[in-house]
Amino acid sequence: MSWRLTLKIHRWQPGDRAPYYDHFTVEVPEEAYVLDAIEKVWAEQDRSLAFRHACHHASCGSCGLRVNGREKLPCITPVTDYPNGSTIQIDPLRHFPLVRDLVVDMGPFSQAMEAVRFSIIRHASEGVPDARSSEPPILPEEDHEATRFENCLECGLCVSACPIAGSALNYLGPAALAAAERMLVEPRGVDPLAVWEAIDHDDGLWRCHGAFECSAACPSEVDPAAAIMRLRRYGPKVGQVARQQRR
Amino acid sequence: MPNADKGRVPAERSRRVSRWFDPRGIAPGQLAFVLHRITGLGLVFYLYLHLAVLSLLARGPEAWDRFIDLAKTTPILILDVVLIFGLLFHALNGLRLTLVSLNMGVRRQTALFWGAALVTVVLTAVAGWMIFRM
Repeated sequence: MSWRLTLKIHRWQPGDRAPYYDHFTVEVPEEAYVLDAIEKVWAEQDRSLAFRHACHHASCGSCGLRVNGREKLPCITPVTDYPNGSTIQIDPLRHFPLVRDLVVDMGPFSQAMEAVRFSIIRHASEGVPDARSSEPPILPEEDHEATRFENCLECGLCVSACPIAGSALNYLGPAALAAAERMLVEPRGVDPLAVWEAIDHDDGLWRCHGAFECSAACPSEVDPAAAIMRLRRYGPKVGQVARQQRR
Repeated sequence: MPNADKGRVPAERSRRVSRWFDPRGIAPGQLAFVLHRITGLGLVFYLYLHLAVLSLLARGPEAWDRFIDLAKTTPILILDVVLIFGLLFHALNGLRLTLVSLNMGVRRQTALFWGAALVTVVLTAVAGWMIFRM
């Protein structure tokens, strides 16, 4: 059985006075995903449509956008989530500079991750302290179990969903704060005090207003809001311990 | 080219506070976030209104009696009920936010929100019944 959808797609390119929507009607198999429908629009109706994608299985996090106002990875959003014959609105992520159509500039996201010293450091790398033996855990052990920042795709859905990211331009955002927690749990050679100081300010840990939209939008169950709340409880102690370790 | 172009319509702009009140697909956490702000602004407005009303005392008993007559009218009594709703929700959701910010009940924050909303509605209904019964 095929699935017929009309895609109301956000369009804008440099030089346009204001964004607008174009409507495209496509038929795809009912097993298809929203990304398949967008690709079909591009392949058969409008080759100028700009959108970003790569892996098609929620591994790269590059296709993030909004479907009917809600942050989604279209590569894992079945078309059958929407009624056959309906119109769905496709918008780019919020709170990022718009590049064109559905493509946003993820630069600010990367800068926020860099600000909290987030880096992937292999446990077995030469010269990296063994987090499990040489560095005592800074956060309570039971909370380590709840921390799965490794699942983060860096798709930016959490930042788009966050109402504070929409009004506080310099807010680090949920992903960066969750990454900071990860760095404090297992610093692996990164200075914990530098991480703490990167988040312990008005536009960092304390800017979150607890809307929990980041966790609701996250496709990987990273639960950034829970990470932020854990940091709020243990953060000041973390800073204290990190300062003592530096001395 | 578009096969069903129904006219180019302006798209929403990003980075606007009005986005806070966009009801599409929001989770209970943001519903609480929005209600907290609306009730907070309402309470600030009420605070200044309350001070203005109290200042009538300085104008003598007649001015105060005129206000009391006004305060007993149905529209004002309805506003009293709205005020109680805002006060209760803001207070109870404030407790919820305090708890989750201390890393307590984070995984039950949705249930805490609905609990706060339920208690707010029940107590507001009781208060409304008492106000109009008097």
